[in-house]
Amino acid sequence: MNIIVCLKQVPDTEAQIKIAGDAKSIVTDDIKWVMNPYDEFGVEEALKTKEKFGGEVTVIGLGPKRVTETIRTALAMGADKGILICDDAADGSDSIAVAKALAAAIKGMEYDLIFTGQRGVDDDLGVVGASVAEFLDIPQLSLIEDVEFAEDGKSVKVKRPVEGEVLTIESSLPVLITTQKGLNEPRYASLPGIMKAKKKPLDQKTLSDLGLDASDFGEGARKLKIVELLSPPARSAGKIIEGESPQEKAAELARLLHEEAKLL
Amino acid sequence: MAQGVWTIAEQRNGEFRKITYEMISEGKRLADALGQELTVLLLGSNIKDKAADLGQYGADKVLVADDARLEPYTTDAYVSVIAELTKANEPAILLIGGSVQGKDLAGRLAARLDVGMAQDCTELLIEGGNLVAIRPIYAGKLYAKVTYENSFPQMATARPNVMAMNEPDSSKSAEVADASFTLDDGMLKTKVVNVDKDTSGKVDLTEADKIVSGGRGMKGADEFKILEDLADVIGASVGASRSAVDAGWREHTDQVGQTGKVVSPSLYIACGISGAIQHLAGMSTSKVIVAINKDEDAPIFQKADYGVVADLFDVVPALTEELKKIV
Repeated sequence: MNIIVCLKQVPDTEAQIKIAGDAKSIVTDDIKWVMNPYDEFGVEEALKTKEKFGGEVTVIGLGPKRVTETIRTALAMGADKGILICDDAADGSDSIAVAKALAAAIKGMEYDLIFTGQRGVDDDLGVVGASVAEFLDIPQLSLIEDVEFAEDGKSVKVKRPVEGEVLTIESSLPVLITTQKGLNEPRYASLPGIMKAKKKPLDQKTLSDLGLDASDFGEGARKLKIVELLSPPARSAGKIIEGESPQEKAAELARLLHEEAKLL
Repeated sequence: MAQGVWTIAEQRNGEFRKITYEMISEGKRLADALGQELTVLLLGSNIKDKAADLGQYGADKVLVADDARLEPYTTDAYVSVIAELTKANEPAILLIGGSVQGKDLAGRLAARLDVGMAQDCTELLIEGGNLVAIRPIYAGKLYAKVTYENSFPQMATARPNVMAMNEPDSSKSAEVADASFTLDDGMLKTKVVNVDKDTSGKVDLTEADKIVSGGRGMKGADEFKILEDLADVIGASVGASRSAVDAGWREHTDQVGQTGKVVSPSLYIACGISGAIQHLAGMSTSKVIVAINKDEDAPIFQKADYGVVADLFDVVPALTEELKKIV
């Protein structure tokens, strides 16, 4: 089974995010960049599937040169080859444009399955996976916590939790699956894995290599424009409940929730 | 020229979900600001008799797409029908509830229509006749104010529990019409083969009005029993921090934070949660935050409306007993 995993590089979730001087972007100076946590589940699931059915795992990312590190991480986990779409003209593209580029890179390849994270933990849009599926004209299964292939490897059954229900959905292949926590425990790259990754193929492509028109990309082509970034509404520390004992504090808290906050 | 506000009703087995009323209420406010009509799209099977009542929340018109293949929801069928109706009618704004289903639908539909889409918005405004959306990014560490360029309809999903719901007005009724659409079986590539209902009776965290959440300070899986007891008394759902989930004490579906669920309850009680930035990001839109932690320097106290510095194993059971007297 040939599997593609789309990767995004994002700021570490422990990072403080600060607004830059242009009020439209973030300060990137001290940011530690990591693989989008949801994409790690995609890499792991791809590797597990390959271990069972054979085939090849290709990881593909878009962004500046530093994204190479994220692709190398996936190669060190065990993916076979990587593609980086790296083009200054793509800087500042919105999700739909990113998906067009990813789909263009995937189009010429042979694949049965594509994994993407359910969303990037930076923009929190959750649009790229669905859009890649749309541009490739294949079905999507989003927010999946369990994947099971038919014995012949021709169809797939997945579990998708929605509010208060878990749906089991069946689909033919090829299909795009967006991953979430609970799907698996991503492996760490081993030392031999890291050594091997250095020799694995990693192709770099520009938009024109993919037959794309640079004017459809970048800040100027955005359909969703950022007007400005804002700090979240300030929350300041409130009352510390006084009391001689935990029981007294509990009683006072109960009173405040009832009489002051009027929530109970 | 694009005209009117559209929203999509979300129903399961003929029952509307709360998010439907939230979106109709918000959609009506946007439509009023534009001086235009609000149309609700209702998709499902044998669903038409429910349509007119949506007028009680503010729908002017309901367009019904009734087909056995539209129950239950599948991305393929919904996107196909809604894209066709949108292209034929050209609404100015398309608003969808940011539930699990709504976000799935909105992502694919935006690509099909090739338009910009603002996901999970917490505020929607009309400025100069156009939609302006405010949405959390980095799970709420920042907010982005966004608008649209050469992109109709202007598409957005809104976070559950955030948009104010209109009081239903039983004297009102919406005009109901049948939608004209085609649905080709060849387009339907996925099929729901089983639905497993959660019988716990607990509301999903993303929709819960009250949440009691536990972190590393809980010390173990069994200890969450005291949070379950508190939650039962006040009708809350139980959440967990990433460390509690990674320790295997709770299911991943219970995780609140940047790599879990982002929640907006009216009350969030954090027990033994220190307040790592990735957790705070996921619950900062809660209306009232209570923190119970024995470490008085825990960062969670900086965000809490009410803080209790004490051992949660003493405070939580005592709080449960006190609240039994009140509720």
